[in-house]
Amino acid sequence: MTPTLAGRYEMVVGLEVHVQLNTRTKAFCGCSTNFGAPPNANTCPVCLALPGALPVLNAHATELAVRAALALGCTVHTTSVFARKNYFYPDLPKGYQISQFDKPVATGGRVRIGTRADGSPIEIGVTRLHMEEDAGKSIHDRFAGVTAVDLNRAGVPLIEIVSEPDMRSAEEAGAYLRALRQILDYVRVSDLSMEEGSLRVDANVSARLRGEMALGTKTEIKNLNSFSFVERALDAEFARQCAVLERGGVVEQQTMLWDAGAGVVRPARTKEGSHDYRYFPEPDLPPLVLDREVIDAIERALPELPDARRARYRKLYSDLTDYDVGVLTAGVGLGDYFEHVARAHGDAKTAANWILGEVLAVLKTTGQTIDHFTVRPADLAALLDLVRDGTISRTAAKQVFGTMVKTGDPPASIAEREGLFKVTDDASLSTWIDEVCAEHPNEAERFRAGERRLQGVIVGYVMKKSGGRADPARLNQLLAGRTGGGT
Amino acid sequence: MSVSIDDVRHIAALARLGIDDDRARAFAEELNSILVHMERLGRVDTRGVDDPAVDGVAGLPLRADEGPPAPLARAIGEFAPRTRDGFFLVPRLSTHEDPEASS
Amino acid sequence: MSAVPADLAAGELRDAIVARSLSARAAVDAAFVAADAVRADRDGLNLILSSDRADARRQAGDADDRATEASPPPLLGVPVVVKDNIATTTLTTSCGSRILEGYVSPYDATAVERLRAAGAVVVAKSNMDEFAMGSSTENSAFGPARNPVAPDYVPGGSSGGSAGCVAAGIVRIALGSETGGSVRQPAAFCGVVGVKPTYGRVSRYGLVAFASSLDQIGVFGRNVDDAALALEVIAGADPRDSTAAERLVPSYRQAARGALTGIVVGRPKEYFPEDLDPRIGALCDAAIDHLRELGAEVRDVSLPHSDLAVPTYYILAPAEASSNLARFDGARYGLRIEGDGLRGMYEATRSRGFGREVTRRILLGTYVLSAGYYDAYYRKAQQVRALIRRDFTNVFAQGVHLLFTPTTPTTAFKLGAKSDPYDMYLSDIFTCTANLAGLPAMSLPIGRAGGLPVGGQFLAAHFDERQMFVAAFALERALGAGAHR
Repeated sequence: MTPTLAGRYEMVVGLEVHVQLNTRTKAFCGCSTNFGAPPNANTCPVCLALPGALPVLNAHATELAVRAALALGCTVHTTSVFARKNYFYPDLPKGYQISQFDKPVATGGRVRIGTRADGSPIEIGVTRLHMEEDAGKSIHDRFAGVTAVDLNRAGVPLIEIVSEPDMRSAEEAGAYLRALRQILDYVRVSDLSMEEGSLRVDANVSARLRGEMALGTKTEIKNLNSFSFVERALDAEFARQCAVLERGGVVEQQTMLWDAGAGVVRPARTKEGSHDYRYFPEPDLPPLVLDREVIDAIERALPELPDARRARYRKLYSDLTDYDVGVLTAGVGLGDYFEHVARAHGDAKTAANWILGEVLAVLKTTGQTIDHFTVRPADLAALLDLVRDGTISRTAAKQVFGTMVKTGDPPASIAEREGLFKVTDDASLSTWIDEVCAEHPNEAERFRAGERRLQGVIVGYVMKKSGGRADPARLNQLLAGRTGGGT
Repeated sequence: MSVSIDDVRHIAALARLGIDDDRARAFAEELNSILVHMERLGRVDTRGVDDPAVDGVAGLPLRADEGPPAPLARAIGEFAPRTRDGFFLVPRLSTHEDPEASS
Repeated sequence: MSAVPADLAAGELRDAIVARSLSARAAVDAAFVAADAVRADRDGLNLILSSDRADARRQAGDADDRATEASPPPLLGVPVVVKDNIATTTLTTSCGSRILEGYVSPYDATAVERLRAAGAVVVAKSNMDEFAMGSSTENSAFGPARNPVAPDYVPGGSSGGSAGCVAAGIVRIALGSETGGSVRQPAAFCGVVGVKPTYGRVSRYGLVAFASSLDQIGVFGRNVDDAALALEVIAGADPRDSTAAERLVPSYRQAARGALTGIVVGRPKEYFPEDLDPRIGALCDAAIDHLRELGAEVRDVSLPHSDLAVPTYYILAPAEASSNLARFDGARYGLRIEGDGLRGMYEATRSRGFGREVTRRILLGTYVLSAGYYDAYYRKAQQVRALIRRDFTNVFAQGVHLLFTPTTPTTAFKLGAKSDPYDMYLSDIFTCTANLAGLPAMSLPIGRAGGLPVGGQFLAAHFDERQMFVAAFALERALGAGAHR
């Protein structure tokens, strides 16, 4: 898009994010939510919508929804009401979705996406967060001429998070999504995987002349499978709308689909008119009444959220760079791990270096997650202690760590087993020095004669001969006594 | 408020009822004859009437996040009109990119 | 063992089976013999949609085996009929509709589970107005049912088949369902006892939903004790129904020992209009005199919003029904008719599968929920419903324990007599207020007019079924054989 167009028009973006809650069972029945079951294996009369079946709400889903809402700074309402959203589709077995309409469980939150020059936060408003159930899966291209329907996902609990139309660029939209995802990750309500479909984004975007207060007609973009696709689709659709407006045309309210292959936004081919969902309060579910004390208890039990953690790390672990802090707080698990190690070992910077270096590298190659890492934080701290105390060398420590990753054993026992403790006694060191001198008589002679710079070379030979176990400090002391004219 | 044949066509479409024009005409008449009785509700003073609470049930009961689900005495294949490899089969939507579809 | 005496109440039958002076097999055989005798099948009264004599005998055999248990259950060996919109894993659950013709439910309704656990033998599924929408059982896709007392007349609806099976002496106990009066009205038309419990008293799990905020499973009994026994068995909390109440179930049969001294019975003037059939009025007044003689104080009361009940009901019920019936789409169970693509299948299945009344109510319900009309119709009706409920709360708060009214404005009408839909809806005029307010209510026979049964109705406060049964037992005793004259 030309700079002049971008200068004249302003993008207005609102995002609707659907998040699957990681409960064991579905929202309204006891069917398992486990991923990858055979088609329709996780079904029962309720989620199959058999005649006569009735919904019963999952307490844990409610707790997770409240937790997410509080983490986003929302007001959680003591009374909220479920409603039926009526429409026909093969993966919606009841012919309606149980959702919430004019009395959602939470309203009025915000997500911080940055800081202004004057230090004030840049925040995107959250209009509401409500609970609803997921639909099943309709697969259109598995068998010719028919649609295959799998209802395993039907009834899985979702929260829908609707933002205010506060974003003004694709970048801000991306920042909002990343910050939102991070907050939800910290409160552990969902797997948050766009690939697996536990996090879905629909974007609403409109264009208006800069300076205008009224909002333009918005279009809705669906089928967005990654945050970067969201950003690209927003830019593409904004460009399209600006071009329409420049021509003097009118932006049609419609649903668009992002075509990742072509990198363009297309209108969804649908003969449906605008939908009339005929919302009415769900008669099978009385209003959800939450005790204020229960809500407060959930709030008190909230873990430290990303912004607060970043601020605390900067203050408490002042040796860490902003980059360090950023990586350590990206996910809640890594920060928890880091602090455990730092507290046990006592040196945050060393702990951070090991984690940002060795640990992250191993997690990447082995595919483990920090939450299920074979190396317990206490053991990593113990390893760092051994290095600091001089009991093993840095090189040895890396080897020990490698074994810890494979076996999960504590470092001391591995070092012992593999004979990696530093050797510091004069007798062993002297024996090695003598052997090295015998093997390298020329250099040994020149060193004895006073060529001090050969000391490092000899230390190197001894380190190699000892498999890295010789204590370099004591070696140097001993060697210093053998040069310059002595024997 | 009067229900026209177009109204009937529209609500029949919403409800997927497949009504031909003759029946639409008849239903329009019947609906009007019924709705005329409802008009008196519009004249009732309902100011200050809150959303009706449901008597006898104090808020929504919650269940623990565990199974097992209610068992089926008969497998899906025994009562479903058409299945294959465990899936329910329905005719393919002619516009299968309907935005209502969850991806 | 002896043959089964025709007048044995359900509780007495069970006791005899436990004492082994009668066998459950004999009781079941007697039920089938009675059904044949009155021609309860399609070619005759058409009260029964499906039955399986061999399976019933097998269940009865199991019951006979249990007779010597330490604590034999309360309905051991008693044959019962279940309305065809209540899910059973044996026999079909068609709801009187083509769209579920031949459908066998893969699970039992909670009420059916409880009957079975209590030892009852489910002998048949009964005919009904399609999806419980009707007041005469003429809306069944499988032909109308006929009143056993007078076969040219309707048995009432929507639970006409169940009411008829009890009236015809096939069974002592039957399950029906209520949304606007569909147990009490057929009970009145057929001359049997019909009980609608408080909303939430009986689990709706397995009752195919018509209007979820109004539906309840109800019971028919040949006499008050039969109905009390049946209700005791099926009532109570159910974790599978979020609208079912936790409250304990008292013994309704014990109400037979209750007295009416000190009980205040209200006579709401709106239910005794000027144009009420004078024969019905006279029978009600006679019943009220009995209540006075039994020690009750009778008071005139007013329920001023009563005349708004039918229009309110006929907005709310179809609205909920239009949503509840969306699942019948040919995709996962029931009738499927292929059409042009997915949409074509939906429309062909639903237009062929639903009858005229159901279609009409889905249209009406969809209309009152649709954009632009929701506030004027649905929301307004909910508010008026609250006013109707408040009328009752006010009356009960003034020291009234029970209300007594005619159950229906007329006796049974002839098949085909009511062709205007709204005219048919007015059959519910005295019954649908209890559904709207969620109150318990029951009808019992109080006499005959022109040879046709007349029902009188008690209403009580929420969860006060026991009070209702006290009065019903007492009135039944006082009327004696006069209830059927």
